[in-house]
Amino acid sequence: MARIFIKGNVAIARGALDAGCKCYFGYPITPQNDIPEFMSRAMPEAGGEFVQAESEVAAANMLLGAAACGIRAMTSSSSPGMSLKQEAISYMAGSELPGVIVNMNRGGPGLGDIGPSQGDYFQAVKGGGHGDYRTLVLAPGTVQEAYDLTFLAFELAFAYRNPVLILGDAIIGQMQEPITPSKPLAVDPFEGGSWRLEGARQREARILKSLHLTDGALAGHNLKLQEKYKRAEKEVRFEEFMTDDASLIIVAYGSIGRIVKSTIRKLRKEGYKAGLIRPVTLYPFPSQILKSLAEQGKKFLTIEHNMGQMVEDVRLSICGLAHSAFHGQLPGNLPTPNDFEQPIINALRS
Amino acid sequence: MHEILAYKSPSLLADIPSHYCPGCHHGTIHKLVAQCLQELELGDDTICVGSIGCSVFIYNYILLDTVEAPHGRAPAVATGVKRSRPDKFVFTYQGDGDLASIGLAEIMHAANRGEKISVVFVNNTVYGMTGGQMAPTTMIGQKTTTCPGGRCSDREGLPMKMAEIMAGLGGVSYSARVAVNNIKNFKKAKKTLKQVFEIQKSGKGFGFIEFLASCPTNWKMTSTDANDRLKKEMIPFFPLGVFKDLQGESK
Ligand SMILES: Cc1ncc(C[n+]2csc(CCOP(=O)(O)OP(=O)(O)O)c2C)c(N)n1
Ligand code: SF4
Ligand SMILES: [Mg+2]
Repeated sequence: MARIFIKGNVAIARGALDAGCKCYFGYPITPQNDIPEFMSRAMPEAGGEFVQAESEVAAANMLLGAAACGIRAMTSSSSPGMSLKQEAISYMAGSELPGVIVNMNRGGPGLGDIGPSQGDYFQAVKGGGHGDYRTLVLAPGTVQEAYDLTFLAFELAFAYRNPVLILGDAIIGQMQEPITPSKPLAVDPFEGGSWRLEGARQREARILKSLHLTDGALAGHNLKLQEKYKRAEKEVRFEEFMTDDASLIIVAYGSIGRIVKSTIRKLRKEGYKAGLIRPVTLYPFPSQILKSLAEQGKKFLTIEHNMGQMVEDVRLSICGLAHSAFHGQLPGNLPTPNDFEQPIINALRS
Repeated sequence: MHEILAYKSPSLLADIPSHYCPGCHHGTIHKLVAQCLQELELGDDTICVGSIGCSVFIYNYILLDTVEAPHGRAPAVATGVKRSRPDKFVFTYQGDGDLASIGLAEIMHAANRGEKISVVFVNNTVYGMTGGQMAPTTMIGQKTTTCPGGRCSDREGLPMKMAEIMAGLGGVSYSARVAVNNIKNFKKAKKTLKQVFEIQKSGKGFGFIEFLASCPTNWKMTSTDANDRLKKEMIPFFPLGVFKDLQGESK
């Protein structure tokens, strides 16, 4: 396939199209507007549907409806809109419905700003809505990865019958890079033959629901969900960069992971032995690799574009086996590789 | 002596005991929905979008492929369903708290877009499931658990007339209000519901039907008194009739 030069947002939209997405529902919000704008042309051309919903609440519920038909469907938004989608995401998790939800994280809380931030890590990774559920969360660090992970998001959503989140930010969304697209998938327009709704012709009616009122039914349902989340642990993905001889392991995801990589390259030339683990799946979290690196006596530094969220998962992973420092870039400030030099040197010396 | 079969329950209706209170109109309306779907031979191709309220268990009674929508969001869920499966018959079944309060944005916009779905709206002037709180349809002077002194227009505004509001929207092909408080109204309601379903069946767009319904439990009345109240208090304020019929007009 010929290489193309596109924005991260467009890479996600194009990725969805090539992965067989047939319905897109969205509501305008910066910095992700390229996605609905692309989809408003691409979906009808592909014989699919584009709806500009009346709100993010409605868009997420349209996704729920499309998912109930076993169709590949997607919605996207940015932080304030993601708050509004949470009820539907919780219902989708409870009703075991597959769908892809993109969050191009911007600064918060409240209206915040329209710049990059990783302030929604907790919301994305710890459930976000009500109830004891999980969504799988993929965090691209490049435009190519934004494209590729969108394919993976659809695959995982249907494999696990679960909502899958793509967590980017204003940097990933607005950055332009060359990518190599894949061959468009020829997917069954209606998957989930054993559960999708289509009218109860010659069979028992199917019910997609999250309500379980009879004695013990909800406990049984929650157990089934938990077993599914356990099974999904094998989907863990991460990038490992120069960790072998490193005395300090930096853990950073998404755009920050990529910027930190540049800092490490520079510091390596000056003899500083730092390496990187960049989680690509934020849920499931790459705990095993972090634990085994901790057991080798390496120190840790978590860097995030927030004041400390993923660091809690890093510390849970290494269970006190190693020293673990944190550097937070305040949302509202645009990070550069220089910002991270001193924090890394300090952590190496501590 | 030989027997004559006077009534046969539609096979789409499950033969199980009902959880609805005695005299509740939800059960009657379920029966009408099942009858109309069956008579129009739609059952095999129907996707029902349930809502949150006393009718949340609709799938236990009407044997259809069904998806549960969050409170108020059934028209958005139905939009997603219908856009994915334009070849299927899709309807929502919603209470007045669900549709006219928390879900007002979703119903207005699905209607205005002219989504090719049917909406069955059950107005019993209270939040039945949560114990009889005030709804956007509660009548002036009506006492509920959250307007114990009676609804007052100064404080809580006037009851919303959804069938008339729907008729004012461009995307709506049909909007009507019916009741099932007596045999005469029941028969009219059935005819109207069938018309609403036929609008979608023939690909003509959005159809809306409001049922005036009783909730004897939260009205704290016997079933017969509740039917009486529906006739004497509700119908004068919420008039029965067809407020829009694009199909009829074009005939
Ligand atoms: C987001 C949300 N808010 C509140 C509720 C609680 N709740 C359940 S049913 C209901 C009202 C139902 O009233 P209505 O739609 O009139 O249906 P009825 O029971 O009267 O048929 C409410 C407020 C909920 N389930 N979800
Ligand atoms: S509470 Fe009211 S609406 Fe609910 S089942 Fe009883 S009578 Fe019907
Ligand atoms: Mg009600």
